[in-house]
Amino acid sequence: MNRPMTMTQKILAEHASLPYVEAGQLIEAKLDLVLGNDITTPVAIREMDKMKKKGVFDKDKIALVMDHFIPNKDIKSAENCKSVREFACEHCITNYYDVGEMGIEHALLPEKGLTVAGDAIIGADSHTCTYGALGAFSTGVGSTDMAAGMATGKAWFKVPSAIKFNLTGTPSKWISGKDVILHIIGMIGVDGALYRSMEFTGDGIKHLSMDDRFTIANMAIEAGGKNGIFPVDDLTIEYMKAHSSRPYKIFSADEDAEYDEEYTIDLSSLKPTVAFPHLPENTKTIDEIKEPVRIDQAVIGSCTNGRLDDLRIAASVLKGKKVKKGVRCIIIPATQAIYLKAMEEGLLKIFIEAGAVVSTPTCGPCLGGYMGILAAGERCISTTNRNFVGRMGHTESEVYLASPAVAAMSAVNGYISCPE
Amino acid sequence: MNAKGTAYKYGDNVDTDVIIPARYLAIQDKDELAGHCMEDIDKDFVKKINKGDILVAGKNFGCGSSREHAPLVIKVSGISCVIAETFARIFFRNAINIGLPIIECPEASENIEDGNEVEVDFDKGIIYNLTKKEEYKGQPFPEFMQKIIKAEGLVNYINEES
Repeated sequence: MNRPMTMTQKILAEHASLPYVEAGQLIEAKLDLVLGNDITTPVAIREMDKMKKKGVFDKDKIALVMDHFIPNKDIKSAENCKSVREFACEHCITNYYDVGEMGIEHALLPEKGLTVAGDAIIGADSHTCTYGALGAFSTGVGSTDMAAGMATGKAWFKVPSAIKFNLTGTPSKWISGKDVILHIIGMIGVDGALYRSMEFTGDGIKHLSMDDRFTIANMAIEAGGKNGIFPVDDLTIEYMKAHSSRPYKIFSADEDAEYDEEYTIDLSSLKPTVAFPHLPENTKTIDEIKEPVRIDQAVIGSCTNGRLDDLRIAASVLKGKKVKKGVRCIIIPATQAIYLKAMEEGLLKIFIEAGAVVSTPTCGPCLGGYMGILAAGERCISTTNRNFVGRMGHTESEVYLASPAVAAMSAVNGYISCPE
Repeated sequence: MNAKGTAYKYGDNVDTDVIIPARYLAIQDKDELAGHCMEDIDKDFVKKINKGDILVAGKNFGCGSSREHAPLVIKVSGISCVIAETFARIFFRNAINIGLPIIECPEASENIEDGNEVEVDFDKGIIYNLTKKEEYKGQPFPEFMQKIIKAEGLVNYINEES
């Protein structure tokens, strides 16, 4: 009997030791990695303390990344990090990343080679879906799921159905992964993929860099998706070989797999896209913005757009130019390795000469933590992933989501704009 | 198991940033955290609700972050149940895992009005609107999730199973 599966379903079946799974089925899957950060791990540690089963399932398959409020912004965040540091020490957690080694978790883990194709990964952070770019199943959970995962190495899942996004064509110069995913969220809405997988396919993918794919998979959650996933191609294999010594396994969707919906997106037709407040689905293409939208701040960074490609694009726009007087431009390389490379390539010099500030890796302003909080009435163009009410500060401030190219050009002009 | 109280109604896409803003996420004390529940969408929320009251919302309730602080502050603030047209998936998992009763019911979400007296029978999956004398059939949970809810959370469930 022919029982076709999607790419996600195949990975879940393998990890549940089942020959076949179908949408809606409840399964228990073995995990290759359990992730937490400095906000979610302290809560998970408290839950673990309540468990009869003591200890962790595998000290090598847990990643604890201090990234949200670190270097610590206040006493409470310092105490939270201290509790995680002590837990990591007590359980000899191999992949514990603190100041000096840390980076923004979803940029750091692929770079460290901890995530590869075919893995099943949970993380107590909603943007854990990022690793789908490598052909892994990975999804965000809460602290209690993380605690159960750290203790047992397993998690329960409802097998998702899927939406297929067939990407065709070649994107034009200033179109990045951010424009692709904002276009998709604008099209299907912030709950358009609720409970479901977003499976990307098509020959347009070969024109998307790994960094573009990470950005796209990263924001699957902003459409409500359980995960976003890309097929494994030569570029993926090259990336994994450069970063990881772990064995990977390539899964692909069956030709006759069933999808709830299918969309075809011609990448050559996309225009730079901006999400207006206060939902990522409120998108406009740059040419649809008729009245100038003046900005007070530009943020370039985050787990969505703090990678090397993003910084290179921002630098290509900012080179020889000045950030508009009255605009604060904050650039945050996502990891220490990216920071170092940006220094070696001269990108940091370009940023500083343009009048931008460059920060150590942190999630900081993305979630209104610190390093760029907005006052009432202020506007920010940001390469981050959410523009909810109060996301970056005061409830009367506004966040506009865009690509690094648009954020950098807007910083120079003082209003939302795109390089020609 | 039943819940009964006054309904407080909100719209679509109530996100975790307005349920509990990130500026409070370093707080570990549950009661202190719960003092900021729904602060950025309704400043008076904590003052106006009484223990047992019911939160009603539209689609995609709890979208955004994976912070378990969101269902936790709703539970600790005294809300006995959240009824929504749909829940964002991480919030849905987190609510079950920490033992906050939730129920998906588009009909209830549409017809319950702010201030209505509402009772929820979780075993039958039925929502009674005592003010409007209406009843709505909610989506029952699969057996596995009912076990977690009855154990009042995933940790207790795992402890019982082991």
